[in-house]
Amino acid sequence: MNVSSTNIAVRLESVIGSSRVAIDPAACSNYAIYEIIPSAVVKPASSEEVAEIVRLAALEKLAVIPCGARTKLRIGTPPSRYDIALDMTALNQIVHYDPGDLTLSAGAGTPIAKLNATLFEHHQFLPLLVPWYSLSTIGGTIASGIDSPLRQFYGTARDFLIGAEFIEGTGKHCKSGGRVVKNVTGYDLHKLLVSSLGTLAVITHLNFRTFPAPIAGSRGFVASFPDAEGTLALRRAIAQSPLTPLTLDIVNPGLAQIFATQTPAMPETAVFADEKRNTTPSSLSPIGDWFHPHQWQLCAAFAGTPEVLDRYTRDLTGLAAESRATSATMLDDTSRPSLWGRLRESLCMLLEASPTTTIFKLSVLPTQFAALFANLQQIADRAGFPHALVARAGGTLYFALLPNSTNDETIARLTQSTAQIFDAGCAFNGDATLLFAPPSFNKPLNNWRDFPLKRASVPAVGTSAPSKLQRHPSASSQLFSLKPSFSNRLKSAFDPQNIFAPGRVL
Amino acid sequence: MNSGLVREFEKLLGPSSVLYRPEDLLLYEYDGSIEKGRPNLVVFPDSAEDVSRIVKLAALHNLPVVGRGAGTGLSGGALARTGGVMLVFARMNRILELDVENQRAVVQPGVVNYELTCAAEPHDLYFAPDPSSWKSCTIGGNVAENAGGPHTLACGVTTNHVTALELVLPDSEIVRVGSKQGDAPDYDLTGLFVGSEGTLALVTEITVKLSRKPEAVKTLLAIFDSVDDAADTVVDITARAITPAACEMLDGWTLRTVEDYIHAGFPMDSAAVLLIEVEGLSETVAAQAAAITEVCSTHHAREVRVARDDAERDLLWKGRKNAFGALGRLAPSNYVLDGVIPRSKLPQALRRIQQIGDRYGFQIGNIFHAGDGNLHPIVLYDPRDTAQFERALKASAEIIRYCVEIGGALTGEHGVGMEKSELMPLLFSDADFDLMRRVHDAFNPDSSLNPGKIFPLSKGCGEIRIRKQSGSPPVTSPSGNHK
Repeated sequence: MNVSSTNIAVRLESVIGSSRVAIDPAACSNYAIYEIIPSAVVKPASSEEVAEIVRLAALEKLAVIPCGARTKLRIGTPPSRYDIALDMTALNQIVHYDPGDLTLSAGAGTPIAKLNATLFEHHQFLPLLVPWYSLSTIGGTIASGIDSPLRQFYGTARDFLIGAEFIEGTGKHCKSGGRVVKNVTGYDLHKLLVSSLGTLAVITHLNFRTFPAPIAGSRGFVASFPDAEGTLALRRAIAQSPLTPLTLDIVNPGLAQIFATQTPAMPETAVFADEKRNTTPSSLSPIGDWFHPHQWQLCAAFAGTPEVLDRYTRDLTGLAAESRATSATMLDDTSRPSLWGRLRESLCMLLEASPTTTIFKLSVLPTQFAALFANLQQIADRAGFPHALVARAGGTLYFALLPNSTNDETIARLTQSTAQIFDAGCAFNGDATLLFAPPSFNKPLNNWRDFPLKRASVPAVGTSAPSKLQRHPSASSQLFSLKPSFSNRLKSAFDPQNIFAPGRVL
Repeated sequence: MNSGLVREFEKLLGPSSVLYRPEDLLLYEYDGSIEKGRPNLVVFPDSAEDVSRIVKLAALHNLPVVGRGAGTGLSGGALARTGGVMLVFARMNRILELDVENQRAVVQPGVVNYELTCAAEPHDLYFAPDPSSWKSCTIGGNVAENAGGPHTLACGVTTNHVTALELVLPDSEIVRVGSKQGDAPDYDLTGLFVGSEGTLALVTEITVKLSRKPEAVKTLLAIFDSVDDAADTVVDITARAITPAACEMLDGWTLRTVEDYIHAGFPMDSAAVLLIEVEGLSETVAAQAAAITEVCSTHHAREVRVARDDAERDLLWKGRKNAFGALGRLAPSNYVLDGVIPRSKLPQALRRIQQIGDRYGFQIGNIFHAGDGNLHPIVLYDPRDTAQFERALKASAEIIRYCVEIGGALTGEHGVGMEKSELMPLLFSDADFDLMRRVHDAFNPDSSLNPGKIFPLSKGCGEIRIRKQSGSPPVTSPSGNHK
């Protein structure tokens, strides 16, 4: 730490007191992002303190990266500068909750689990069944843009985030949206915070629409298939049926084997309802022998009255048979959490599965799944990497390469595969993002920035446009032309001095 | 209008795509609100390239550009507040693609909301946002205003159904944001542009999600002898974790007016009705309808009718969706408000609206989206009576202020436009405006697109701007028309 940064520490201490500023290397290294260590860690307890810290940072042009439980800090490119880690976990209060209105406002550092515990008392919940569930804060969840299996029914956070308060880049306290479920007053700036990785503003409070928990009863359904085609046929049949499951995920054998063999040390908190089991032990129960780890699986959860559950059971069993599933199992509230807990924690289980786990997020239209799955498998096979895949039925999938070595040769092959996976995303009219890369990935190669980590593609073209409809030339072949300057302009509007998480997105 | 300029636009688009005579422009100086603003020129582009060229030419002559769909908006969003070129999307009305398998449609902005649902219907799909004006309003306008509608309670508003946009920026560049599948790995620019009221860019193509038609639908009409009971019922339905597809309220005075006109079968002697719809699996619908009926009975509903068939259901909805037309028979003009309140405050808010109406001497009708707390009080007035008109505005401002006081917002689905821009300081601080302005300027630095909207023109807080009563000529500076 140089002289001026010691100075900064003194000034930070004058803002929020010495007990909440740390500059010793041990403390700071806990906040490292890809081995880049901040000079100071600050833990503000109010939005006023956050504003003061940001004003100081703006004055001194210090790079600030806000964080919550630090479970997803590896998402995004490594920061180009990183002076202050802004630990937001002290802003952990529910400041407003009116169960009758189904709206809630809480500090960015509030753990989702804590929030849901309060909501469950009123038979409500926030459908954010995200990885690292028992640790994750709502601020980190929103900033990282991570999704959850429940998006099948409830959508992603952008669909139920109704407002936010945050500190912009000059240290001013701003808000957008509100605490009502329907609101078009002013720009929806809070939507921009989703997936912003802390680059636009420091989120201090978030307002959500809450949802009635599926308390009447819920079940899980797992169908196994020898190949991906079967799961896709069943996915399609369900999409065309009147059924509206809460979750609908396809799991490949690579991930199924990890599910069957690993027991993540994650508490078995509620999976998506106030299940009686949510007070129980500190790790998920082993998965039952009804699970077939060498096959492709389609997993669906659904909820409702006994009549509704019967209807789902009947219809799903029938559709599974038509799709030639080799087995189809219904899971009740005691057996379901073991699998849905693993679905929730897929990403952290994958990260533990290999020293060089590399996880991609790809978004394509569901009709592209079959070809994309095959292509991804080829890429992994060619490189000789074990791999795992979970696809949310709406079109977002997570694909992991799981090399079992960390040597330079492995990293070189990983690099090659990464480029191929980006190409695959483009080839199928989708988007590909490198979500998690091993810490060693950028170092020996030093070419992290050779990869466009987020690569947009040509606009997707439909596969089934009826001929009577006129087609517009610009809808098909024009290249996606979102210029970087477009995002840059937005970044400058929020953060004119580029002090927030510089280099993480742009 | 300078004839040289008209010729330049005619040369660009052809003479049949340019209007400039005062009698033609008159048609474009109003929308569904009480505001007015006349453009200097109205043009009809055929393509994004046309739009880009229009924007370029307008910039050359320092003329602002205002986009417009069907002009059904209720906040003056599609009015040329400071004159300039009005760009009407009526000819960009093609459904470019219907991707049944992936449940997506790609449309031009001038496609009428209802037409998309009709085109999707044979595939058992529909476009969920359904504003009351759905048979005439355009999807481009829906995107600009982030429109809602009765059936957005469970399904979400426009922004929840848009995955990608093609846009023309004020510098005439054509860009695309989002992706067809959604979940594009960038800042959620689609989320920013939807609901930005045409102040950031002009939308030239929209990719939307199509929803699958439910297996079963039940429409219930619950009849109450007191408004309080109806309001309590809404609060209780929400509290009991039931999310109907729609939950609309009409108060007694309004429903009698509607019934005279539409003959939807609303009971003439009741104090309020709730029009509630549940949809989904037949088993879900049966259970929810039973639960709702029970809640209604608990709150002293006189009767709960269930529509027996589609014809009866359509008639009930016709009564709801055409209510504003029916009210038009009672007074020369009406002013529809759009406040939002936390749902649990519904009973007290309705009482307060009644008191405010009494105090100012107005019968204020209420017909609104009760399920999501989106109020639409309607003030009937005669615009020729200046004193009455001013009282109407004062009463309206008081209602909106009350909505904000109890934790609500200025507008739930109609937009801020020029109607509510001066009320914005009730909700937003200088710092909020400063940031919104910087975001605005990031895309529209010279305010050449739809100037004079959303942002307050004055520093004064909480006055509804009183417009000039006559059809005033377009003014030339953004602050020129403000009192």
